[in-house]
Amino acid sequence: MTFMPSGWSLIRFATILIYLFMFLPVAVVVLLSFNPAQFGSFPMEGLSTHWFVELWNNDAIRRAFRTSMILGALTAVISTTLGVLASLAMVRYNFPGKTIIATAVIAPILVPEVVLAVALLLFLQFLGIPKSFFLLLMGHVIFTLPFVVLVVQARLVGVRREYEEAAMSLGASQIQTFFAITLPLILPAVAAGMLFAFTISFDDITGTLFWKPGGVETVPTQIFAMLRNSISPEINALGTVMIVVTVALPLLGAALARRLARGVGG
Amino acid sequence: MASTDPMDNPARPWILLTPALTAIMLLLIVPLGFIIVYSFWLNTGFGVDTPGFHLDNWISALTDPFYRSILITTIRIALITTVICALLGYIPAYFIATTTFGHKALLLLLLMLPFWISYIIRTMSWINILGSSGAVNGLLQWAGITAEPISMLYNEATVILGLVHFLLPFMILNVYVSLYGIDGRLVEAARSLGCTGWQAFREVTLPLSLPGLAAGGLLCFVLAAGTYITPLILGGPRDAMFANLVFEAIITQLNWPMGSALSLVLLIVLGSVVALYNRFLGLGQIAKSLS
Repeated sequence: MTFMPSGWSLIRFATILIYLFMFLPVAVVVLLSFNPAQFGSFPMEGLSTHWFVELWNNDAIRRAFRTSMILGALTAVISTTLGVLASLAMVRYNFPGKTIIATAVIAPILVPEVVLAVALLLFLQFLGIPKSFFLLLMGHVIFTLPFVVLVVQARLVGVRREYEEAAMSLGASQIQTFFAITLPLILPAVAAGMLFAFTISFDDITGTLFWKPGGVETVPTQIFAMLRNSISPEINALGTVMIVVTVALPLLGAALARRLARGVGG
Repeated sequence: MASTDPMDNPARPWILLTPALTAIMLLLIVPLGFIIVYSFWLNTGFGVDTPGFHLDNWISALTDPFYRSILITTIRIALITTVICALLGYIPAYFIATTTFGHKALLLLLLMLPFWISYIIRTMSWINILGSSGAVNGLLQWAGITAEPISMLYNEATVILGLVHFLLPFMILNVYVSLYGIDGRLVEAARSLGCTGWQAFREVTLPLSLPGLAAGGLLCFVLAAGTYITPLILGGPRDAMFANLVFEAIITQLNWPMGSALSLVLLIVLGSVVALYNRFLGLGQIAKSLS
């Protein structure tokens, strides 16, 4: 043992500090959401689920939650469908202009969200299409699409073409081959892409603030509106629910999927 | 029997691409072209625009000292955030890549979790920590160090703090991916030739991980510079960033042509950074870390 810490233990110590930095703020949100006090602050005055009950009885929040769920689910389904088709084209075929199209498909990640939001909003309003749930949905689809494509493409590259060729040489049509062979093989990536799209949509605020019609709130814009007053235990409770929806549920889903897959396999 | 292999059908990829390309055309490319045209129009009243080819919006977007100062602030905040992310992100990425601890995937997953936690929740959580009745002030008063809460929030530093907290996982992931790809025998070779651990790191590991560092840096910079919400939640009234200008022009003032010109300025600045990066390093690295 020396007095000077070795480089490695410094690295380990710094890593632990960075993990704490990442998690402490979130832990505080969860902790304070159980604080019964009117103005959520330290020191805690006890533990209660009072604010979750308040949350449940808050109509505006329930509406926002429903909007976010529907929006997220529709976004996930649409952008995954578009993304899977595009990925198939780009991994399985060679065609002129492939590089340009590959760039175009991930371009929405590279364009700052504000610019994308402005462009789409002004264009649709110019066409006389007012702000609506449809505009919101289209906006969410366009910026979740690149993530789906990236995830599905990566998996598709690893699926050998021989499987599909074997099915087709045995007489399966293209569509039959896709549903019987390709889709099951890329299913984990499709599910991951869907989850990705759902979470990104559920979490989005910048684009949503531009696109949402008056009176419609999603969970993030609802939180944002509530933050204008002050940070209340109710916001922390909502934050806790959000954490459960965007972290615990996907984790649970993944664990369940793994268990099911194991059950089928062995 | 010419068409037995359907893979030969030249129309097939285009059929598969049609839905996605239509969406990209209608929702991204045409709208972007549209705001270019719009930026030359003139706002002549609350929400009233005159079509034409006027340079007024561009002239004020580029010369107005107010807009310029906010552009400079935005670039400064994004740069500082990127540097801090690089310094703080390298360490855990290096730790996870090098540790002999058996559960690397778990360590990485833990760092990915915040990535899944809502951006607005993570941003506002700092109010719970640094606010006048937050954790730090509570602790200071409880310990008797201060009697009154110290004001720590709503300044440029807290904006940067919020951004670092949001963007750090992007950096860690990118650096980790490039560190993971390094052949461990290279470091061993350097050591066996007499390098100290630090020398081996400086001469072998660090240069080989630069692509990951650069990719993480690009993502951090672009995402930080486009931020709209963080300065609203964690910044003071004087800490607006460029995206806030755009929102103000479009939604509050209904000056669409000016808002278009401003958002194009942001697009051009960030686009040049991305283009420069792509020219020298290629965007492939970023796709690698995202998938």
